[in-house]
Amino acid sequence: MHPITAKIQLSPNVTRLDVEARRIAEIRQPGQFVIVRRGNGAERIPLTIADADPARGTITLVIQAVGKSTRELVALEPGEAILDISGPLGHPTEMIAAGRAVCVGGGVGTAVVHPIAQGLHQRGVEVISIIGGRSREWVIFEEELRRLGQVVVCTDDGSYGRPGFVTDATRDVLEAGGVDIVYAVGPVPMMRAVADLTRPYGVRTIVSLNPVMVDGTGMCGGCRVDIGGHTKFACVDGPEFDGHLVDFDLLAERLGTYREFEQQAKTACDAGSCRVGLVRPAPTPAPQP
Amino acid sequence: MNEPKLPLKERMKIDRQAMPEQDATQRSGNFLEVNLGFSEKIALLEAQRCIQCKEPKCVQGCPVMVNIPRFLGFIVEGDLPAAARSLFGDNALPAVTGRVCPQETQCEIQCVRGIKSKPVAIGYLERFVADWARAHSGVVKIEARAPTGKKVAIVGGGPAGLTAAGELVKCGHEVTVYEALHKPGGVLVYGIPEFRLPKLIVEEEVERLVQAGVKIENNVVVGRTYTLPELRAQFDAVFIANGAGLPVFMNVPGENLKGVYSANEYLTRVNLMEAYALDSDTPILRARRVAVVGGGNVAMDAVRTAKRLGAERAILVYRRSRAEMPARVEEVHHADAEGVDFENLVAPLEVIGNDKKWVTGLKCQRMELGAPDASGRRSPIPVPGSEFVLDCDAVVVAIGTRANPLLTATCPDLKRNRWGNIEVDDKGMTSIPGIFAGGDIVRGAATVILAMGDGKRSAQAIDAYLMD
Repeated sequence: MHPITAKIQLSPNVTRLDVEARRIAEIRQPGQFVIVRRGNGAERIPLTIADADPARGTITLVIQAVGKSTRELVALEPGEAILDISGPLGHPTEMIAAGRAVCVGGGVGTAVVHPIAQGLHQRGVEVISIIGGRSREWVIFEEELRRLGQVVVCTDDGSYGRPGFVTDATRDVLEAGGVDIVYAVGPVPMMRAVADLTRPYGVRTIVSLNPVMVDGTGMCGGCRVDIGGHTKFACVDGPEFDGHLVDFDLLAERLGTYREFEQQAKTACDAGSCRVGLVRPAPTPAPQP
Repeated sequence: MNEPKLPLKERMKIDRQAMPEQDATQRSGNFLEVNLGFSEKIALLEAQRCIQCKEPKCVQGCPVMVNIPRFLGFIVEGDLPAAARSLFGDNALPAVTGRVCPQETQCEIQCVRGIKSKPVAIGYLERFVADWARAHSGVVKIEARAPTGKKVAIVGGGPAGLTAAGELVKCGHEVTVYEALHKPGGVLVYGIPEFRLPKLIVEEEVERLVQAGVKIENNVVVGRTYTLPELRAQFDAVFIANGAGLPVFMNVPGENLKGVYSANEYLTRVNLMEAYALDSDTPILRARRVAVVGGGNVAMDAVRTAKRLGAERAILVYRRSRAEMPARVEEVHHADAEGVDFENLVAPLEVIGNDKKWVTGLKCQRMELGAPDASGRRSPIPVPGSEFVLDCDAVVVAIGTRANPLLTATCPDLKRNRWGNIEVDDKGMTSIPGIFAGGDIVRGAATVILAMGDGKRSAQAIDAYLMD
């Protein structure tokens, strides 16, 4: 059992949970994730470790409540606990030893960018963070990132910081020159846009992929992604890859595998009943187990 | 209870008793166990078919050398507690092996009764005694030697790891099992379906080990949470039994389309994550036509699962003929009775999809059998111009698994063969003193009972190493 020690609402649908997980807090490195199972019967879901406090033995999980499982997770209160946390999983972020790095975070991806920026900052790398959200209330981790270097905030509606997308701000930084590496984490279209943007500049670009996963140890292969024409398992080969080699179309499509199920579950959740039959429409009735 | 034994001549006249089964039409729509088990009366009748050979060959056929005539003899005498103690003394998980062992190629194929009639139903009787013991708790206890103060870490809570844990705790050692998933059991919980091995049985077996003093730590991925050298430093010996948990794909175009699963993923979702239940949090595609590629036990489990999930057509695609299938005969019969379609002598060429990247079909080629290959099976040869598309909206790839490099990659000193399997000496010890290995990570994908045999032998070797 992993008790929740703190809970903060970061944006309208993003919640920060600090959770006890001593071993993981001690050894986790930027870029690594955990697999979380809220309780008996719950789904296993991968979440990147946004931060850790080894002294207190806690890790920070930042969760966007989109479906049933994530909503149930963020409904937990301090004092309650998560049943299973496994990790740290995946390879740590590929870091540069010196120079200038641009960390681009979109939405909840900003929480994933944070430990990367932390790691770079510790190595003495200059960090420029470019983070975005729909409007001011959707911007997260700004304060934490400001401690690590320059931060450019972008909002789609211009309600805060620079109006427009993170890609616009990234282009300006690339134009100014001197960028050694770009890290981009966010929705698939955003990561694709950043990768497309950096390609002509020849700047190495690392993206963190979040495909559907079950075990997180390479056992199921559900998290298959295409990297430069080769199939890789995001859980053990990633989750971070060279953004210029990722087949984003495939990633986006595969992420939609269970969209119908997720929609049904969410609808039922909205209606107040969270236990729902996740059945893909078929002419034959599904059997009763 | 002690009825007079029938004379040998009478015993020779008894026919092999059939296993009562759930009706095929009914069971293809549920996940309840197919085999229902022998009654005491049938078990007594069947056990009397054993003629108590002086030099029993059946025992030689068993990877864990269960003294078969002895426990069958106790059944005949009506002394089921003695039968249970005898069986459990030889085999830590008889309720499991009585259900999933390929007896027809191990103990039963050796049975002399099989020459003129049919072999004694050893597997069914093993299951009978194990289930009797489950219903009569306290009859079989794990009796441990005095504590030795030695600590052993076991990596992986599957058949090899659990067997070794049971043996080592009996020897008085302190045993900790590290399991990567949230529940111990390995392939017994994520792979083998409920209808063949109810999960309750695995839970009971694990509970027995815990009662005997085995510590089980779930959610520990050795290679990530702890490295092997870290474990070696904290324990007097380590047994690696992390299995062959890396799915092999076909390496054909279209394999990353939506609706293509590895058998590991398909079965893990349904078994471990309980996606067979309509109210499960974990989704599974309940496709109308499911093509399962492969001919082994895992392929059978997957195709029979597809049928139970409501598939109109659950199709087994296998490149050789039915005679060459590595799956257990009983599983093939069961699949057949449940309405699985067999596309034999067919090999997949490509997974076909639509513009939304959903699977719509499997492009295949017909095969014919040529000369026997190295494995002794006749090798399939493509028939020119025989390509066709099998309509399906999900494909499950069940063509095997390889060694998962997650652990071994973090310990380069550990000697491996070119397939990534860990090399061990005749005692089961790896290239690092004090670290032993067994099961699929050594053998490549094999059976539950072979893994258990490794667990038992390695435990004996570890005990000898620790007490030397």
